[in-house]
Amino acid sequence: MKMTGAQMMLDGLVKEGVEVTFGIQGGKVIPLFDTMPQYPQIHHVLTRHEQGAAHAAEGYARATGKVGVCIATSGPGATNLVTGIADAFLDSVPMVAITGQVNRPDIGKDAFQEVDITGITLPITKHNYLVLETASLPRIVREAFYLARTGRPGPVLIDVPGDVFMEQVEYHYPKEFDLPSYKPTLKGHPAQIKRAAKLINEAKEPVILAGRGIIVSGAYAELKELAEKAQIPIITTLLGISAIPESHILNYDMLGMHGMAYANLATDAADTIIAIGMRFDDRATAKISAFNPHARVVHIDIDPAEIGKNVKVDVPIVGDVKNVLTQLNKVVESNQHVDWIARLDDWRREHPGLDIRDSESVLPQYVVKLIYEVTKGKATIVTGVGQHQMWAAQHYHYDHPNSFITSGGLGTMGYGLPASIGAQMGRPKATVWCLDGDGSFQMTIQELATIQQERLPIKIAIFNNGFLGMVRQWQEMFFGKRYVATPLSGPDFVKVAEAYGIPGAMAKRKEDVVPAIEQAMKEPGPFLIDFRIEPEENVYPMVKLGGSLIELLEGEEIEKGVATP
Amino acid sequence: MTGNKHTLVALVEDRPGVLNRMASLCRRRGFNIESIAVGHTETPRLSRMTIVVDGTNAMIEQLRKQLDKLVVTMKVSDITSDDMIARELALIKVKANSTTRSEIIQIVDIFRADIVDVAADSVTVEVTGDEEKVESLLSLLHGFGIKEMSRTGRIAMTRGSSSLLGGEKATPARRGLK
Repeated sequence: MKMTGAQMMLDGLVKEGVEVTFGIQGGKVIPLFDTMPQYPQIHHVLTRHEQGAAHAAEGYARATGKVGVCIATSGPGATNLVTGIADAFLDSVPMVAITGQVNRPDIGKDAFQEVDITGITLPITKHNYLVLETASLPRIVREAFYLARTGRPGPVLIDVPGDVFMEQVEYHYPKEFDLPSYKPTLKGHPAQIKRAAKLINEAKEPVILAGRGIIVSGAYAELKELAEKAQIPIITTLLGISAIPESHILNYDMLGMHGMAYANLATDAADTIIAIGMRFDDRATAKISAFNPHARVVHIDIDPAEIGKNVKVDVPIVGDVKNVLTQLNKVVESNQHVDWIARLDDWRREHPGLDIRDSESVLPQYVVKLIYEVTKGKATIVTGVGQHQMWAAQHYHYDHPNSFITSGGLGTMGYGLPASIGAQMGRPKATVWCLDGDGSFQMTIQELATIQQERLPIKIAIFNNGFLGMVRQWQEMFFGKRYVATPLSGPDFVKVAEAYGIPGAMAKRKEDVVPAIEQAMKEPGPFLIDFRIEPEENVYPMVKLGGSLIELLEGEEIEKGVATP
Repeated sequence: MTGNKHTLVALVEDRPGVLNRMASLCRRRGFNIESIAVGHTETPRLSRMTIVVDGTNAMIEQLRKQLDKLVVTMKVSDITSDDMIARELALIKVKANSTTRSEIIQIVDIFRADIVDVAADSVTVEVTGDEEKVESLLSLLHGFGIKEMSRTGRIAMTRGSSSLLGGEKATPARRGLK
C-alpha cells in the first residue's frame, strides 16, 4: 500500500500507542496536521508556545509512564522545543519530538525557517534523526519510540523535511529493526548482586538513597521490601519523592540543598549507602568533596555512565532497578538497625524542619500544608521552579506513587503550567494541582488558553511574593541584600484567569487560604488562586553556599538568632 | 588535573553525523582530542575510530562510558594499557636542493621511510610508525626546512588474536521486537 510520509508518521504513532500529541502548526508540518483527521485515535492538544508543548509532553510522560509526543514546525518552532527537550534529557523523561524541516533540496541553503535542529539537539537528546529517505520513516519512528522508553528513558527527536511528509512511497510497518549498538543491561550481574548483599548484610548504619529510577521502573514494592526486610531508612532525592509513601515508618524524606536536616545528617553519618536509580546530582550531594566521608557505596542504575561519575562506588550494579531489587531481595538477609534508626528519630526530633510558625500573613508552607489537607494527599502535584517548588517538595506529604512532577535536573522555570496540562491529559480523573511561583508562572502563562480550550480541571496555586524568590533569597543571604532584578510586578492573576474564562480567587490573609482551596476543589473545571504570600519568606533548611550536606542553615535557628545566614 | 595520553578505539556505525556525535561528546564533557582517525573496518557497516585524549584513568573511563552510551557506538575500549600496535602516517614536504637532497635521502633510508615526490626545491617524505619514530625523523628533517606537513593521527590495535568485539559476532544481529 502506498502512503505519504505524513500518513506513515501518524500510522506509526498509532501503532506505538500514542493517544495524545502536543504542539503547534507551522509551514512544514501542515501536511502532517492535514492528515490528522484520518487518525482520530490521536488527540492533538494545541499549546500556545512550543516550549509548552514539550513540557506538556513531559508531564504526560511522567504521569503515565508512556512516551510523550510533541510536534513543532521547522526553525523557530523547533528551537522553541529545545528547553523542554533539555529538561526531558536531564530528568530521563521518555519523549519523541517531531519537527518539520525545510524540503530536502533546500537543506543547507539557509532557507526560510531553516535551522539545524538535529545539530542543536545533539547534546540534549538520547538520539536524533534527520529523515532523508521517506521509505526509512516507519523504521525511524519505531526506533525512536523504542529508544525513548527503554534503558534510561530520554528524548528522541525526528526531523522531517516537508517534502518527505508529502512524498508517497510503498508502506511497510517494520516488524523488526536493527539497533546493533543499543543493548541496555536490564538484569543485575549475579556476582555483583552477591557482593552488594554481603555489604548490605554487614551494614550497621545503612541508608537507601532512592531516586527517580524507582518511579521509572515501577519498583515501589521492591524498594519497600528491601527497606523493610533489612530495616534500612529511605531518603529520597527531589525526583525520588513519592517512590515510597511518606507516611512509611522508614521514610526520612528528601536530602540535599533544601533537604531535611535529619536526612542530610543520616546520609553523612551512614556506613553504607545504597543508591538506587539516582545520579548523585550536586543539589543532592552538596559539596561533592565532602560528601560521604565514611560510607561504602552500592550504586544501582540502568545507565553505566552514571556509576562512578560523581561518587566513588564500591559495588556498582548496572540494570533495571526493579529487576535488580528483585534479585537483591532474595539474598539480602532480614536485619534490624534499632540503634541507628533511633538516632535518625532523635535527629528528626531535634531538627524537625517542617514546623510552621504562627503568622497572620499567608505563609507559603502553610498553603502547601493546607492543600495537602484539603486534597487529603490524593492530588498529583506539579510545580514550577523556585522557592514554591521546594516548599511543595517539603510540606506536601506524598503517599501515592509518582504523585510529584517537577523539573529537577534542568530547573526550568515555566515548567509547571504546561506540565500540569500533560499530567491532567494523562490522568483525566486525577486532581491535578499546579503549584507555581509568580515568576515561574509568567514564563508560560499563555498556556491558560490551552487549559481553557481543552477544558482541563487543573487547580492553579500561585505563590505570589512579587519576587524571583529563590534568587532574592540568595541575594539576601549571600549578596548583601542587594535585590537586583528580582522585584517583580505582575498582573492581577485572578483577572487574567477570568479573561481566559477561568474562575479564581485571591488569598491575602491566613483565613482566606482554606476557603480558597475548598472553592477550587468544588469547582468542576479549572480554578486559579493568587496566594499573596509573605514576600521575603525563605526556604529552610538550606545548605550554606558551597557547604557540605551537614552545613545547614535552619529556619528555627535563624529566628532564634542562634545562627545567621 | 593532569593525566596521561589514552588511546580509545571505537567501533561505530558507518553513517553520516557519527563523527560529529563522537567529537561533540568529547567537547561537551571537557576533553581535548589530540587526534582522531576514522576509517572502514572488516565489517561493511562499521567504522573504526582511534581517539587519543588526555586525562586521568577515572576521567577517561567516564568518557569511554559516555561514548559507549551513544546509540551509534558498538563498542568503545581504552587499550592504553594493553599490548598494542600504534601507528601513524605523515607526509612531510622538505626543502631540498642539489646539495642537501642526498643527505635527506640517507636520513629517510635510515628510518625506512619513502620519498614519494621530488621537485626542484623539495622532496616529500612518507613515513609510517609510532609517534616517536615520526617525531625523531621530523627533528632531523627540521634543519632543512619543512614546507608542509600532514599527519594522520594514531590508529591502534591490540596485539594477539583477540578483536575489539571479542567473542561477539562482528556482524550486527537482527533483533525482533514483540
